[in-house]
Amino acid sequence: MINRGFYTLFYKETLRFYKVALQTILAPIITTLLYFMVFSHVLEGRVMVFEEISYTSFLIPGLVMMTIIQNAFANSSSSLIQSKVTGNIVFVLLTPLSYVEFYLAFMLAAVVRGIVVGVGVLLVAICFVSVPVHSFLFLLLFAVLGSAVLGTLGIIAGIWAEKFDQLAGFQNFVIMPLSFLSGVFYSIHSLPPFWQFVSHLNPFFYMIDGFRYGFFGVSDTSPWISLAIMVVAFSGLASFAIKLLKQGYRLRH
Amino acid sequence: MTAAISIRNVKKSYGSLEVLKGVDLTINRGEFFGLLGPNGAGKSTLINIISGLAHADSGDVSVLGHHVVDDYRQARRALGVVPQELVFDAFFSVREVLQIQSGYFGLGKENSEWIDELLDALALTEKANTNMRALSGGMKRRVLIAQALVHKPEVVILDEPTAGVDVELRKLLWNFVVQLNQEGHTIVLTTHYLEEAEKLCDRIAILNHGEVVALDTRAALLQSEICNKMHLIIKTAEEIVTLPQQLAPSVRKMVKQIDGHTIRLELYKDKDAIVDVLNAIAAVDIQVVDLETERADLEDVFVELTRKRASE
Repeated sequence: MINRGFYTLFYKETLRFYKVALQTILAPIITTLLYFMVFSHVLEGRVMVFEEISYTSFLIPGLVMMTIIQNAFANSSSSLIQSKVTGNIVFVLLTPLSYVEFYLAFMLAAVVRGIVVGVGVLLVAICFVSVPVHSFLFLLLFAVLGSAVLGTLGIIAGIWAEKFDQLAGFQNFVIMPLSFLSGVFYSIHSLPPFWQFVSHLNPFFYMIDGFRYGFFGVSDTSPWISLAIMVVAFSGLASFAIKLLKQGYRLRH
Repeated sequence: MTAAISIRNVKKSYGSLEVLKGVDLTINRGEFFGLLGPNGAGKSTLINIISGLAHADSGDVSVLGHHVVDDYRQARRALGVVPQELVFDAFFSVREVLQIQSGYFGLGKENSEWIDELLDALALTEKANTNMRALSGGMKRRVLIAQALVHKPEVVILDEPTAGVDVELRKLLWNFVVQLNQEGHTIVLTTHYLEEAEKLCDRIAILNHGEVVALDTRAALLQSEICNKMHLIIKTAEEIVTLPQQLAPSVRKMVKQIDGHTIRLELYKDKDAIVDVLNAIAAVDIQVVDLETERADLEDVFVELTRKRASE
């Protein structure tokens, strides 16, 4: 049986972003579609990444995954920092919810937001260009794991940050560069060897590469390696986030 | 009987600042307990430790016998806390806020009736579907109280609940809290309005610089040495610059202040008689046109106890 306390926090976290859907769902969909239109217009026909796959088709999985991970991060991190700054985090801290329930509710709400926005981007994009689906299971696995990893990272950043600008710094100097430089717009095989090596150190690369495999059945790295790296990253970050919550780091003084 | 709240040798420091220096307190079930102290005395830190918002460096706290760290789920179920800060979640309406808070405690639709009762008792029914942002400060304060009570906790802590609240609302709140106490809830109150504590609390603890400097029943505190003092304020026809030499030394000692037409004297209720003072003053030809007395109250006890420690 699902614990009602956990379910309520999860429901509240999803209701929170649903209530401002214009900002949390529609705006990121429009932004991503703008990337899609501009890059596909400029590069279609000039760049061939995988054989028999148009650049526009190639672009879609990367953009969808980038949207998923950025929104998953934004959901948990912004909710936590807002609650901390306004002080209403006490309403959750005063309850019998365990730190695991707290973690799961915030993380799963981030997964929901990431996937809702990602599906929105995908639905609009496939109106313009068709994209094959090689393995729905891989698509789902990478979408859920990618958003879970970023949702967890959002929880960690939200706990750590004490001011909005600290969180914005984390978002602009860590999340944005890592997601932009993860092969959203190109295959890392087109890079010089040194940058290929550097790209392999970027965990976001594996999210996008594995997700792309789900569509095309081809990828820069084995999808199983990507999956293993994602599982390890998720387990490590989840344990760390739960540890912080258990300690009450920057939440219970 | 298990205590409502048991606090044993609780210590807490923030950096080099020792906020709580080994506090011991037992609050009995069904009590209306006042926790008083000046700003920075450690009241809010103590409340945060009881409610789990802060961790003690050492010592033990339990609510209805449930340790607030080891058995935090049960401890928090037994406790409702009205925070001092006027915090709210701007995304939701009043009813949504209460339903969500109720859900955190594992309660669902079966609690709707109680939510309606709370809305009614706190005069919030008309605003049930209004967003929190659109409420006045007083209404937000009432929602905070409803949130603290939504899971029917046996022990309720109100941290400065009437700060910035108008007289009418304060009355409504106190009637409601008194009713809760009569229904068996233990109430712990911190307030800066000492007359409220004096009127409502059965027992009072005064905290100063992280230590309990007084812990007694209201009646006992009001019968203490400090409350033996009273002030007599005399208005004179003529302006007084200095006291006449002939004024009886026993009365001269009582004079605390001379200000134009006013003489303020401090008397001990058990040994000084007002009539003797007036006779002594009349004997030196000072014409009294009016007089009033000020009896010591809890505020004097509070000021005296907290002043003493500060000067040590």
